[in-house]
This record gives sequence, structure tokens and C-alpha cells, in this order.
Amino acid sequence: MPKLKVPKSSPAIDMTPMVDLAFLLVTFFMLAASFRPSEPVTVNTPTSTSETIIPENIIMVTVASDGKVYFNLSGAEARKEALTSMMGKYGIGLNKEQIEKFSFMSTFGCSMNELPNYLNLSGDAQKQFVTKGIPIDSLNNQLKDWISFSKKAALNSGKTAYEEAKKSNKNPNIDDFKPKYIIRADGKALYTKAEEVIDVFRDLNISNLNFVTSTEFNPFK
Amino acid sequence: MAEIADSGGGGHDKKGKKRAKKASTRVDMTPMVDLAFLLLTFFVLTSTFSKPKVMSLAYPAKIDKPTGDAPKLNNGITFLLSEDKVFYYTGEFYPVDKPGPKGPTKLIETNFGPQGLRKVLADLNSYVLLRKEGLVKKVKAKQMADSTYAKEMDVLKAKPEALKVLVKTDKKALCKNFVDLIDEVKIAEIGVIAPVPILPAELILLENELKK
Repeated sequence: MPKLKVPKSSPAIDMTPMVDLAFLLVTFFMLAASFRPSEPVTVNTPTSTSETIIPENIIMVTVASDGKVYFNLSGAEARKEALTSMMGKYGIGLNKEQIEKFSFMSTFGCSMNELPNYLNLSGDAQKQFVTKGIPIDSLNNQLKDWISFSKKAALNSGKTAYEEAKKSNKNPNIDDFKPKYIIRADGKALYTKAEEVIDVFRDLNISNLNFVTSTEFNPFK
Repeated sequence: MAEIADSGGGGHDKKGKKRAKKASTRVDMTPMVDLAFLLLTFFVLTSTFSKPKVMSLAYPAKIDKPTGDAPKLNNGITFLLSEDKVFYYTGEFYPVDKPGPKGPTKLIETNFGPQGLRKVLADLNSYVLLRKEGLVKKVKAKQMADSTYAKEMDVLKAKPEALKVLVKTDKKALCKNFVDLIDEVKIAEIGVIAPVPILPAELILLENELKK
């Protein structure tokens, strides 16, 4: 009988399955994560127990703690369309590059006159840009125009998305594709400032508004 | 973990036997794993908390021509908000010069905590909350579908016995106060919430109360 040899086990472990799993998860989270574009202001939203997640097709007005008003619209195509309408109304000329850049930007807070200069700045310089926010005075109510043009643009892009979903999906709900109106107010902002924005929405017959909040524990769930 | 890789470029030490150098097929994966887990941790931490929530609120439509007096409010409560302070009165508003059956309206101060607002609202809206409990029991016992429950709740919230809430703010109220109040109102299962402008008489009353 031959002598049984005890094989010397190597102290190294085969890490391949672990690496496979790790990379699988990395890939998943990378694809699932949506990057938040840099914002010109930091907004500390108040907390609520609401569990509705922010929808996709949105028109969002931000009220910063100092009362300045910022605007944001989702969807590159809708942004281009809204911007083109605004350029026509205010007689501001922008070149193709600037329009392209605008369509990939996020929240901005400058008047139409300041917009060309603002668009020429790089991301970091945009944060330093001194502005009074989007004008909402009764004589120069640019926010109202932004909202009404964006509403049209967002309805169009929502319609396209709905048609596409209809082709692949069985019965999508058309209400999910309509733009939602969001107010993101800083907790420390005066309510009267938010009310000015709300009044602009109400002037346009938009009365169903959503406040952005962060999550709070609900003791009744 | 550590694995000592064979020193490459050998072949000089044993000149006698010519043998093809057996290079180890194993690659040291430690740095790659480190990197993978670093990325994994980063994405897990950043992606989970990025989606904010929204709280929906329907505002009353704007009316071009206000028609005289405000409509009679049955079973209502009015909240007056100021900076980090909240007052309320129930029922109709009676100014000092036109007192109601119980004299002019007096404001009652409360707070945003569970002993304040939540208690007030739960007491006044007990009609809805008690019936909600019954419905929840039915859902739990599988006697009622979720969709029926949602419909029943909507009907319940719209009943005349259910509490209605008016929210009025002064110039110093913060958005945080407003959202906190609406949140409490929603916790109390109140269907009718109307943010409305403050009356001059109410503002005077509120300012007097704040001076105290």
C-alpha cells in the first residue's frame, strides 16, 4: 500500500466567486444609481412622513433659504423646447452649443438677460454666479413664462414617452407621464416667499402642487 | 490572502535540466477586490438615500370675483402659523366687534410635537379615525380589499362630520412650519386642507397673542 500523502493546502483562497459577486453588485449599483447634477444652491428640505417618491417628469421650482427662486425642468428635449420658446419671447439669442449645454444642466436661477453669460461659465463658476434668482415680479414674471412654456414642453415629451410605453407595455397610466409640479422650499425660507411661487402656479390654473420633503419616521405605520 | 508570486525571469539556477518554466496561472486579485468593494460601498451609500419624497397638496383654485362673505364652515379648525409657533381656533371666526354665541374668538396656542398638534387633530377628527380603525381591522382580517379600503377612506374623509382644516400664515412663518403642520394634518387623515390668506382681524389677534 502506498503511503498516503497529505497534500499541502495552500493558504490562498480562491477569490474568483467573491470578485464576481462584488463586480456584479458594483455594476448593478452603478446602473441603478442616477447621478445628481451639481446644484447652484443647497436646500435643506423639511421632513414629512410622506412616502411618495419624486416622479420622473417634473417641473420644479426651488425656493432657497434667502428667498431666491430657482427653476428646473426634467428631460433634455423638454428643456430645449422650453428654452427656445423663452428665447423667442425675450429676444435672447443663444447658439446651438449653449442650448445643448442648457439641456443637460439642472437647476438654474438667473434671468433671461443673464442666461447667455451664465451658460458660458463652467460648472464651478456657475456656483459663484451672483444673481437675484428668477424674477417673479408682476411686471417681469419670467417664472410664469418658464412654467407655462415648460408645461407645454413637458406635456409633449410626456406624450411621446407614453406612446413608447404603450408600444412595449400593456396599459401604462397616462397620468404617470403628465408633468408634476414640485416646490422644493428650504425649511428656513419664509412661507410668504413660497406662497409667491404658489400664486404663480395658481395663476396658471395649476393647483395640485407637491412639496419636496425628506423622510421622517411615521409612528403610525 | 497574500500569495507570493513566483519570481519571474528565472531559469538560471538549475542549468542541468531544461524544463519549460511553469508560470503560476493565479493572479493576485487582492487589489482588484479592494477596489471592487470600495466602489460597491460608495454606490450603496450614495444611491439609497438620493431619492427625495414629495408631499402633495391641492391648493384652492383662484377665483376672479370673490363672492361676498366666506362660506360657512361646519366642523372646521383654523390654524394660524407664525415663526415656529402655531395657534388655532375651532369653528367660525368672530371678531371682537361682532362676537358669536360664545363671545369673540380666542386663539389657543399649541406646539408641533406629538402632545400638541397631533393630539388636537386626533381629538377633533375622532369621527374619521375611529371608523378608520374599523376599516383597518377588516383589511387585516381579509374581509376587505385594499382598493375598497382606499375608496372607503376617501368617502369617509369627505363626510360632513369629518374635520376640515384651514391654514393661514403670517409674514414670519417658515416653510418648515407649514410642511410640519400639513404633515400632522395628513397623519390625522384629514381630507380637506385649504391654505388660505389670513384675514386682517385674525392677523391682529395673532400679533396680540405673539406679544404676550
